[in-house]
Amino acid sequence: MLLNRLKAGGPAIAKQGILVAFILFMIVFSLMSDRFMTADNIMSVFRQSAIIGVMALGVTIVVIGGNLDLSVGSMLSFATVLVVDLHDKIGPELAIPVMVLATLCLGAINGFLIGILRLNSLIVTLGMLSAIQGLVLIYSGGQNVDIADQRGTWFAFFGRGSVFGIAAPILIFALLAVVFHVIMKTMPFGRKVYAVGGNPTASVFSGIPRSRVVFMTYLISALCVSVAAIILGSRVMGSQNNVGQGYELQVLAAVILGGTSLLGGAGSILKTVLGVLMLAFIQNGLILMGQPYYTQWLVTWAVIIVAVWLDVAAKRGRLFSPIA
Amino acid sequence: MSNLTDITPLRWLMRNPIWGFVVIVFIFFSLMSDHFFDYRNFQNILVQTSTIGLIALGMTLVMINGNIDLSVGATLALAAAFAVDVQSWAMFATWGNWQILPAVSLALLVGIALGAFNGFIVWKTGVDAFIVTLGAMLGIRGLVFVYSGESSFYAMNFAYSDFSALSFGPFPVLAVIFLLCTLIVHLLLSRSVHGRNTYAVGGNREAAVNAGIRVGPHMMVNFMIIGFLAALSGVLLSTQMGAATPNLGRDYELWVITAVVLGGTKLTGGKGDIVGTLGGVLAIGILRNGMNLMQVPAFYVYVILGSILIAVLILDKRFNRTADGGLRL
Repeated sequence: MLLNRLKAGGPAIAKQGILVAFILFMIVFSLMSDRFMTADNIMSVFRQSAIIGVMALGVTIVVIGGNLDLSVGSMLSFATVLVVDLHDKIGPELAIPVMVLATLCLGAINGFLIGILRLNSLIVTLGMLSAIQGLVLIYSGGQNVDIADQRGTWFAFFGRGSVFGIAAPILIFALLAVVFHVIMKTMPFGRKVYAVGGNPTASVFSGIPRSRVVFMTYLISALCVSVAAIILGSRVMGSQNNVGQGYELQVLAAVILGGTSLLGGAGSILKTVLGVLMLAFIQNGLILMGQPYYTQWLVTWAVIIVAVWLDVAAKRGRLFSPIA
Repeated sequence: MSNLTDITPLRWLMRNPIWGFVVIVFIFFSLMSDHFFDYRNFQNILVQTSTIGLIALGMTLVMINGNIDLSVGATLALAAAFAVDVQSWAMFATWGNWQILPAVSLALLVGIALGAFNGFIVWKTGVDAFIVTLGAMLGIRGLVFVYSGESSFYAMNFAYSDFSALSFGPFPVLAVIFLLCTLIVHLLLSRSVHGRNTYAVGGNREAAVNAGIRVGPHMMVNFMIIGFLAALSGVLLSTQMGAATPNLGRDYELWVITAVVLGGTKLTGGKGDIVGTLGGVLAIGILRNGMNLMQVPAFYVYVILGSILIAVLILDKRFNRTADGGLRL
């Protein structure tokens, strides 16, 4: 039934399933709570979603390239602890580049093992998840870190500042989303990532340097993590040494919700932004409706399965799997 | 799957490199630590590894099938919460120690039901198991928090919390349960029709369908087995602590997958066995225990485990390169 209607409405609507679901959720929440559709609330949801959002941009590119990155959570812990700890030791103008470089090195290790050595990305990044978590704990000695002078530093801008009344995290997230969208849709590099993820062998025969492209996707992912770490460190002005634990799965959930295929070769930055916002609005809406915090995870469970199911069903042309 | 004729120890070790690693770390810690080579410590290692080990048995089946289950940590927590909470329900107040029976039964049933649900969704929707169980991992953890009201349950019945201290002669009961389950799953995988089908489905799904295997129900059974084992693991863990916290089992899916991959099971399906998984589980257990005894901070264990996981992958690629003789650019 539903599927026939989806098909009848043409592929255009079927492809925009996430957008339809997003609008439906927004309508339901606005009807259920009169505080939901206010400028303040919308802005605060945008601000809260910026950290996961920025990370999701990088992971989307990795996934379009046909790989996974489960190490972003640990990497976020690493980068945040590093930038916060170095802030008081060498000043923010040095701490930020040092942290970005160190995080890029971790991304380069991922990229080398997966892009050049062609190892399985799920297991490599799983190993990196554990190894980086260990590194953070060794570096911090198990202690939490914080910034002593929280008011006098310009580092506070990234998490707490605003320009023309729009919070800095939102601006950073929006800017990166636009940049990566343009790169993925209009530039040769973007087309190469789609090609490598869609059909690795064919991409090699077309003269695309597959290893280098995959390597680059992991560098981009690490870069996104370091930006997220700047926002997070600046907002909290401190960091627990396991602050990013579990982020990898929330990020992946947002990417999957945005319709990016785990098989690679398909997906879009803008739809990932929709996925991120949808998860954030579900969380916010349920809390405004007075539901316990953890109800959002139950709803996320259902939303992920239904969203991907409809996506898969639309592609194969029937609702249920033909497996006996 | 095992070929017992003309197999020398050396050739066996080549096929199961993780057992070589187990022997090396075993000898290393025996020499380096005064407390490692001790019967009571061996008991400890087995009890400590039983939690992850039980789930790893199920994960081996699911991964040979070509699937994966990320929801096991959450399932473990929900089962533990039921096992501890149901005992104190008013309707069982007069049952004495028998109140443990409905509690544990319900916990195990919950595990089987969640596994069946995951398997059913994978079967009917055709959505990748990674996505289905990623959703379930978040959702079931949400159920745990909703059910427990974000607080811990404590076992009031001492028969329950003393269970883990029991032993059959010289063998602690938790170790016996673990080894028994290992033997059963090993026989299931290597000697039964279901086991043969598990390899067939993972190796070549289309061929399995053509051979008349009902792939959907088959995968669902394996998800039910891992659900049961995760629940059992949760029950045993809660007897050790005498309590069930809502965060119990967090990150266990990562440890379990690490152990299974160390044991030589392929993520792409069709390859792997329980002997390897037991090696992977013991490798992690001995490493954690030995480094703890040598008073190395737990932090280093994470780094070492991550490095070993990646090293195993690199070695595997070196030795099996013929399989992937594709272009290198």
